[in-house]
Parts: sequence; structure tokens; C-alpha cells
Amino acid sequence: MLYGLKIALRYLTASKGQTGLLIAGVAVGVFVFIFMSALIGGLAVFLLQRTVGDIAHVTIEAPDRDAISLLPDSPDVLVVQQRAGNQRTLLRTADAFLPLIEALPGVAATSQQIVGNGFVVRGQTRAPVGVTGVEAAKVSDIANIAKALVAGSTDLTNSGVIIGSGLAEDLGISAGQVVRLQSDRDVERTLVVTGIFEIGVDALDSRAAFVSLATARTLFAQPQGVSRIEIKLADLNQANDFASRIAAQTGLKATPWTQGNAQLLDGLRAQASSGNLIKGFALITIVIGVASALLLSTYRRRPEIGIMRAMGASRRFVVGVFVAQGTLIGLMGGLIGAGLGFLALAPFPVPELAPPGGLPVDVRQGAYGLAIVLTTVGAILASILPARSAARVDPVSVIGQ
Amino acid sequence: MSELLAIRDLVKTYGEGDAETRVLKGLDLQMETGELSALLGPSGSGKSTLLTIMGTLLQPTSGQHTMLGTDLTHASDAELTGFRNRHIGFVFQFHNLLPDFTAVENVMFPAAVFAGRETAAARARARELLARVGLADRMDFMATQLSGGQKQRVAIARALMNKPELVLADEPTGNLDRESANQVMALIGEINSDEQTTFLISTHDETIAAHCRRRILVSDGRVSTL
Repeated sequence: MLYGLKIALRYLTASKGQTGLLIAGVAVGVFVFIFMSALIGGLAVFLLQRTVGDIAHVTIEAPDRDAISLLPDSPDVLVVQQRAGNQRTLLRTADAFLPLIEALPGVAATSQQIVGNGFVVRGQTRAPVGVTGVEAAKVSDIANIAKALVAGSTDLTNSGVIIGSGLAEDLGISAGQVVRLQSDRDVERTLVVTGIFEIGVDALDSRAAFVSLATARTLFAQPQGVSRIEIKLADLNQANDFASRIAAQTGLKATPWTQGNAQLLDGLRAQASSGNLIKGFALITIVIGVASALLLSTYRRRPEIGIMRAMGASRRFVVGVFVAQGTLIGLMGGLIGAGLGFLALAPFPVPELAPPGGLPVDVRQGAYGLAIVLTTVGAILASILPARSAARVDPVSVIGQ
Repeated sequence: MSELLAIRDLVKTYGEGDAETRVLKGLDLQMETGELSALLGPSGSGKSTLLTIMGTLLQPTSGQHTMLGTDLTHASDAELTGFRNRHIGFVFQFHNLLPDFTAVENVMFPAAVFAGRETAAARARARELLARVGLADRMDFMATQLSGGQKQRVAIARALMNKPELVLADEPTGNLDRESANQVMALIGEINSDEQTTFLISTHDETIAAHCRRRILVSDGRVSTL
């Protein structure tokens, strides 16, 4: 085999121009493969970051109650009336589950929250808001409020509220001013606007208000328990598995972010499929290029193959020589293409830091190893047909040509 | 001298039906170890066909072909390839060297193919053979840098590399000038007498045939010794 490799190398170096062009062609194919991997992967990171980067990856709530039959058992009852049911679904055992959840691998942050609806009142202006009570130290753990802050601070005291820029504009207020927050339980508190944020999502910027957990307990008359626990994962792609595991372990209702973003996921899948198609075409081009070049080489070297066979080279040896050529071309083209791909992608910032309008390519997702392996395997497969053709050369008919 | 090979009732036909051509028609031939023989005959008499069958590059249609006690008539391609590598050397009219290799690499080829690599021992023997054929100063020249006579001498050295019992030479001097042709034949004669290597030389040239001790005539698909 070593000797076959030597002959393969000699054949490749004997036709430097042809070999150089062939390797360059393979390298371009690998470059396209790597660029597409980085672009599709980067685009997915960019879109996910922009769309679900500031929401919980898994939300834990109390399980839905079973519907209770209102029909009485006794046939003597003439009228059935349901009492006003304004009880909220509460997660009363959050304190017990929280340490367990936080200890699970892959959990980046957790946030206990009490949520409800209300109005922010400023003079004669009233604006509806979704109120979220969070632990003061965890204001920015799920949605990065600190990063999106445009005025004030994220220091959340029991007399403070953080609101979005759209809401602040609607009410005509700025940081440091006072507003009244009226809950749907008819509890009203006067709070100081400690911070104004602008995430860029209208639903949050115009309709969200963050208060401390203690303030939320007062506003929504919840002396104990929380509405939900929001969890952020180190890898948001693990959300489905994580939610299933949590639900199985705790019996609570665990909802992954994917459940409410099916369209986004469909779009990402379609995008990945398109990318794979382009990468597949790049590989097919490589295979066809290598196969045709080696077939040409086989034809050109028929007399030499005949001599080798006459001198006692087996068919397997001849196959080895041409497969080794394919392997070397694939490997060298793969390495060069991967190297060029890395060098071309390295100057681009990662999608998390990409400026608006920038090309969201991700140098980390170039799939360099895969590109090299697939190209080499493709080139080996491409060389089998020419190699078999070479092995079938009849020495008698070609010697002396 | 002992029997090297025996061919009995050898038939070779090409084509089928109306297009069938019978080239060898029940040919018999025996050769002893250490022979230096010329294979003579007009064009189309079957000389080349006989030579390629003896070189295990072609299978006969029928008959028996044994060499060194091995029946080669029904051997597989892999068996014939191995046998050829170890026991038969070839010298072609157009030398047929590998153009991208040096003289010493060409000579080493049969041994390297057998071993799977170029061994130091093979290199030493290749150098020794090249020195013997008068090419000590051309060992590392590329095949394309050598003259016709030099190439043919490299081809002879290559044919001897694995110390074969039989060397088949098809018009080895057909492409050389008279002086080079005489040098090549003198070299073949020297090797034949020194190493008892059997040579069968196909030629049209009576002058070349005159160097051989035995003259085998192929005519109408059969042989006769002159």
C-alpha cells in the first residue's frame, strides 16, 4: 500500500498544473460548503437570539386543574350556580422545587415570578400593562433588561417599577417620576419609575412593567406561592428535552419556548434544508470533478497501467493507486478549502455580536471537520469508478500504444 | 539442464462464429533452463500471441501450459499475476518504462510491487543491475532523459530484477540502431551464460537470431525448431 501511495503521489506531482486545478476545484467546493454551514448556522443563531433571546426557554407552572362537574349527585337539586372563580393558578411549592431545578445541568438562570394585569395611571392617562413581579436581584436574568436600559437603573425596590420606553412615551413620564399601578384585584400602589428599557419588542416596550416580588404579592393579593418559574438554559435547543424531564420529575406543567414559536422553527428548518441542499450540490460537484479528472488520467496512463500489470502488479494494486490519488486530492482540497474558509470567516463577528444589517456568519459553525471528512470520502468514492476502469486495462492491448 | 516449460497442443482463437480466427493451431513447445532462443516467423504467424500466452498475459483457448511444474492454463488472474511477477521478465520493443520514474525506480518496480514498498535490498540490486548494463552514471535520470538504447538497457535490468527463470523479449532491438542492437544482444548473451536465465527473443532480424543457440520458427500457428 505504501508503494501504491508513492506512485499515486508521483502521478499527482508529475502533472502539477492539472493536479493544482483539480485541488483548487475541490477547495472551492469545500469553501462553499463551509461558508454555507457558517451562514445557515449563523443565521439561525442570529434569528433565535433576536427573537427568543429575551424570553424564557422553559416556563414552569402549576398543572391545569381538572374540570369539575357542576351537576349535583342529588336529583332533588333544582338550581346549580357556580361561584365567582377568581382564584389564580398558583405554584405553591416553588420554594421546594427551585433548588432541584437550579441544580440541573444546563440551567443558566431561574426566575420566580408573580404575574397579573393592571393599569398604570398618570394623571388622566391610563395604560393597560402586564405586570411581572420578579426577585430584585434577578431582573435581568431572563429578559436582559439591564442591557436594554435607556434611562434610570434596574435597582428594583419595593416602591419602584421598571417600564418600557413605549409605555413611558404614552404616559409622558421619565425615570424618577411617580406613577400609580392599579392591579386587576383593585389594589393600587404608588411607585417610582426607577428604570426605562427598550428591548425592541413592542409587546414588551409598550405593555410590560416589572415590580419586585413583594410588591407583586401586595398588588395581586398573593401572600404565598408564585405564578411561574421561568428558566433560561445554556443551550436553548435543549428546551424540549429539558421541559419533558422537569415535567416527569416534578409533575408540574413545563412549557418549552418552541411550543409558542412553531412558525419560527419551521422557518429555521426550511432554511437549514436549503443550506443542506446547497452543501449537497457542492459535494456532488466535487465528486463529479474528481471522477472525471481521474477517468481522464486513467485513459492517459493506460500504457503505463499495462506495463505495471505485465510487471506483476495486481488489479488490487492498480485500484489502490487510483483510489490513493482520489484520497490525496480530497484530503488536500478539503484541508485547503477548510483553511481558506476559516480565514475568510474569522474576521466576521459572531452572530450574537453582529451589528444590525451585518452578515450573520458564524465562524464557529463552519463544520470544518465534517467538510474535510465528507470531501475525502466523496473523493474516494469518486475514484472507485476510474480505479476499476484502470484495473480492467488489458496489458496486451495497451503495451506499445 | 532441466525442463523449464512445456506447451502442449496449444490453441488460441480470436472472435466467434464466422469471425473466428485461429492463430495458434495445436502448438507444442518445450524449453530448458538456460536456453537462449530466437522466436522467428513472419508477421501474423502467431509469434506475439505465443509470447503473451507464455508471459501469462493471455489465456489460451485450449491446450496445456506449464512452467516450473505449475499448470498455468487454468490459473486465476491473481495467481498468474503473482507467478509473472516472480518468474517471468519482459523486454518490449518500445522499452515501455514508466516515464515519471527514474531509471533505478523503474528497475525496482517488480520487487517493490511484490514487497509493497521499496526496500534497501531492492534498491541495492537495482543499482547493481544498472551498473551491469552500463548505466551506473544514469541511475537517477528520469526515464524520459535517457536515449533509446539506454532505455532498452534499463528495461533489461528491470526484467532481471526479481531473478526470473524466463525473460521474454519481443523485438528488443527493433527500435535501436545496429550498434545499440549488438550491445543489447551481447548483454543478453552475457546474462544468459552467467546466470542461466532463459531468454526467448522474438525477432524478424536474422542477425539478432544469430546470437541465439536455438531458433524456433512459428509458422501457420505451429512451431518447428530450425
